[in-house]
Amino acid sequence: MSHQIIATSRSRTGIPTGRLAVWWVIGSEILIFGGLIASYLLNRFNHGPSWSVEAANTNTFIGACNTFWLLTSSLFVVFAHAASEKRDAKKTRMWIWLTIMLGGFFMGFKFYEYTTEILHGFTITTSNFWSFYYTATGLHGFHVLCGMVIMAIIAECDIKKGQNWHRVENIGLYWHFVDIIWIFLFPLMYIAK
Amino acid sequence: MAGHKHPSYLKIYIILVVLFSISVAGPEIAPVFGAFAKPIVLITAFGIAIWKAYLVCAYFMHLKFEKIYAPYILLACFSLLIVFFFGTATDAMFANGHNWVKPQSEEAATEEAKARSHVLHAEHGDSHEGDHGEAGHGDADHDEANHEEGDDSHDSDEHN
Repeated sequence: MSHQIIATSRSRTGIPTGRLAVWWVIGSEILIFGGLIASYLLNRFNHGPSWSVEAANTNTFIGACNTFWLLTSSLFVVFAHAASEKRDAKKTRMWIWLTIMLGGFFMGFKFYEYTTEILHGFTITTSNFWSFYYTATGLHGFHVLCGMVIMAIIAECDIKKGQNWHRVENIGLYWHFVDIIWIFLFPLMYIAK
Repeated sequence: MAGHKHPSYLKIYIILVVLFSISVAGPEIAPVFGAFAKPIVLITAFGIAIWKAYLVCAYFMHLKFEKIYAPYILLACFSLLIVFFFGTATDAMFANGHNWVKPQSEEAATEEAKARSHVLHAEHGDSHEGDHGEAGHGDADHDEANHEEGDDSHDSDEHN
C-alpha cells in the first residue's frame, strides 16, 4: 500500500500554501514576542519606579528614527508586492532593495545605539530592565537581519529570473509583522519613561 | 490576493507617520495637562501603537481582504498569549503570597537605578544627556545624596 503525496498550491482554506505557512509562522512569532512583551509588562507593573529610571536612559531619538525606517520600509515592500502582481521585475527588485536598504539603516542605528549604551555601562547584566531591553530588541534585530537576507535571495534568485512571484508577498507579510513588533517595542522601551 | 482593489498605500503610510509623530510628541506635551499627563502619555504611546498595528495588519498585510482562516490563526495564538499573561500575572504581580515573599526591595532598586544614572552622567560630564533620552530630566528628581551613594553601588549592583 503506497500513498502518493501530491503538493498542491492551494490549501483547503483557499489560501495558497506558502502564504498559509507564513501566517502560521506569524502566529508562532506572536507567542515568542508576545511572551517577551507580556513578561516585560508584568515586571514593569511590579517594579514601576526602578524601571522608569532605567528606561530614562534609552535613546528616544534613535528609537524614533528606527520606527520611521521600518514604517517606510513597510510602504516599500507593499510597493514591491504591487509591482510583482504586475510581473514588473525591474520595479519589484528596486522596491525590495530599497526595503533592504532601510533595514540596513535600522541595523546601523541599532549598532550605534548598542555601542553607546554598552560604553556607558548599560549591559545585558546591569538590571532586569536592560536584560529585557537587549533580549527583545536583539531578537527583533535578528528578525530584521533574516528578513533582509531572505529578501535579497528572492530579489536575485527568483524575481531576476521571473519566477516565484508569490514569494514577494510572503516575505512582505513577514516584514510587516517585524514592523508591528517594533511598533510595540518602541513605546515600551523608549516612550514610557 | 490580487482579487481585491488595493487601498491607497501612500494614504495609509501618511496616517501612520502622523500617528507616529503624535506618539513621539505625547510625552513632550503631556506635562501641560498636569494631572492628566500620565493617561495622555499612555494613550498617545500605547493607544496609537494599537491603532498603527491595526492599520499595518488590515491594509499592508491585507488581513482585511484575506480568507477568514488567517485572522483565526492569529487570534488563536493571541488568545494563548492572554491565557499566559493572566495565568502568570496572579503570581508575578504581587510581592508576597501564602507561603512566599519576594526578598527584593523596590525602593532600594529605584535608588540604585537613580544612583547608576547619576554616576554615569557625572562620569561623562552630562555630555550624553541629549543622546540618552530623558535621563537628564530624571536627574532633576534626584536628591544630591544619591550621588555619594552611587560611587559604591555603581560596580556591584546586580539587582531586580
